[in-house]
Amino acid sequence: MSVREIRLSTTPSDEDIAKLRLGDVVYLDGLMYTAREGVYMRALEDKANIPMELPSQSAANFHCSPAARINADGSFEMGAVTATASFRFRKWLPEWMEKSGAKLIVGKGGMSSEDYRSYFVPNGAVYLSTVGYGTGALLGRGVETVEAVHWNEELGLAQAMWVIRCNRMGPFIVASDLNGDCLFERENAKIAESGLMQAAYADTKPAVLKRYGESDDRTDEVI
Amino acid sequence: MIPISLIQSTAETLMDKAAIEIPADYLDGLKKAAATEDGDLSSFVLKAMLDNYEAAKEDRRAMCGDTGVPRWFVKLGNEAQVEGGMVALEAALRRATANATNGVPLRPNRVHPLWRTDHDNNVGIGAPEIEYGFEPDGAWIDLITVHKGGLFGTDYRMLFPSDGIGGIKRFYLDSLMAFGKRGLSCQPAIIGIGLGGSKDISMVLGKRASVLRVVGSRNSDPRIAAMEDEFKELGNSIGMGAMGFVGKNMVIDCNIEVGYCHTGGMPMSVHAFCLSSRRAVARIHADGRVEHRTDPDWFTDYQRRDTVEWEPARVAAE
Repeated sequence: MSVREIRLSTTPSDEDIAKLRLGDVVYLDGLMYTAREGVYMRALEDKANIPMELPSQSAANFHCSPAARINADGSFEMGAVTATASFRFRKWLPEWMEKSGAKLIVGKGGMSSEDYRSYFVPNGAVYLSTVGYGTGALLGRGVETVEAVHWNEELGLAQAMWVIRCNRMGPFIVASDLNGDCLFERENAKIAESGLMQAAYADTKPAVLKRYGESDDRTDEVI
Repeated sequence: MIPISLIQSTAETLMDKAAIEIPADYLDGLKKAAATEDGDLSSFVLKAMLDNYEAAKEDRRAMCGDTGVPRWFVKLGNEAQVEGGMVALEAALRRATANATNGVPLRPNRVHPLWRTDHDNNVGIGAPEIEYGFEPDGAWIDLITVHKGGLFGTDYRMLFPSDGIGGIKRFYLDSLMAFGKRGLSCQPAIIGIGLGGSKDISMVLGKRASVLRVVGSRNSDPRIAAMEDEFKELGNSIGMGAMGFVGKNMVIDCNIEVGYCHTGGMPMSVHAFCLSSRRAVARIHADGRVEHRTDPDWFTDYQRRDTVEWEPARVAAE
């Protein structure tokens, strides 16, 4: 087995991004910020000023809230770091990407190829998935320092905007590319083509009582 | 009389162990899975997870950034006595949860469902959950903490007797497929299946089957034990592995627990205890000895009893 390992800046050049291939393993260097529903709502719906210079300081948005605390003296203790499922942020991401200039969306589970084609590719952005999930201790080792935490009063520790300095932080897996192709959809298709899943279902039958809104097409996804 | 200070200090240690140390039974199961995995991406994922457990233990940091939602299962021997009674015990477990959230640190995951407000300590309305069980003999108390992750991999369905085993298998596979894609359930997992009870109890049974039974354990009913073997193999046959990549390891083990249900129905739940199967157990004896372990040993013959009276002599003779 061979996976290609790449070190990437959190303010990557267009060329750096163009070189990434689905399934590459990436380690990040530079500043990365966490932003999920709380930050998106505050920045996009409440129109609060974003407390960082984006994307010059960082073009990497991590869908994460860390296992961390703020000490009484104002310093930070960050233990483990992993991502949360990104598909839930579809509603805010196109506007966020436009506003923040984010080139790397880092999270769990990826987005659909439709998302990639409609707003990732036009913004020159790709998706990096955490591994596992999740390699919280390994990623925690890649956090050199916590530079700041913003909006923790308003949003709580879990939803706050944490700014971390990454030093060979990883592993992450490249889950989309500049063609808008999706690693997870590629794997879904391979599994469907293998015929194994269909064989496993041979001995089963549909439920007697139906439910509204559900699919019996196992090539569908639930996200 | 078990001192309340000992309960709190033991509980704090358990919170720390659960977050940081992968239980040996799950680790052994995952190592076996990694040895058989031939999908290149899913092999990479399993190897990274094995490295991650080492890093967590070395650094004494939580193995996953999502440290789950801490909860407690408390089992008392019939003669156990706690200083200050059960109200004091509940306060001690709430204090331990809050202290460890800040101490380890854990992620303060718990928020109000509507207002999304947060005490930054994993304590709030109904949080942490504390559930109880009892055993006929002994003056000990077992403290079990489980920090199950949370949003995907679990589902409930009301099935009926005419759905039969084929219907049970369908719902089981559907749950694996639906949440296995993109690795939403953080598989390979300990899959717990709850069958019977009423709607809520079927969820409780499935949850307990996944979090309170270890990899390699089998139901005491040999026919259910055979189903567990069959379902484990079935779940690993769908061509999917870690993160929803091509592979052959979805299920580290499959545990099934049952409870008597309404004659017309067959409620079923499926739960997935993930790559960070956080659980830790300690028994506190009346004389103050504390024994740590990772097997909750929850489903004793007494917990699965099906008679009016508890007659251990009869059970032992069978």
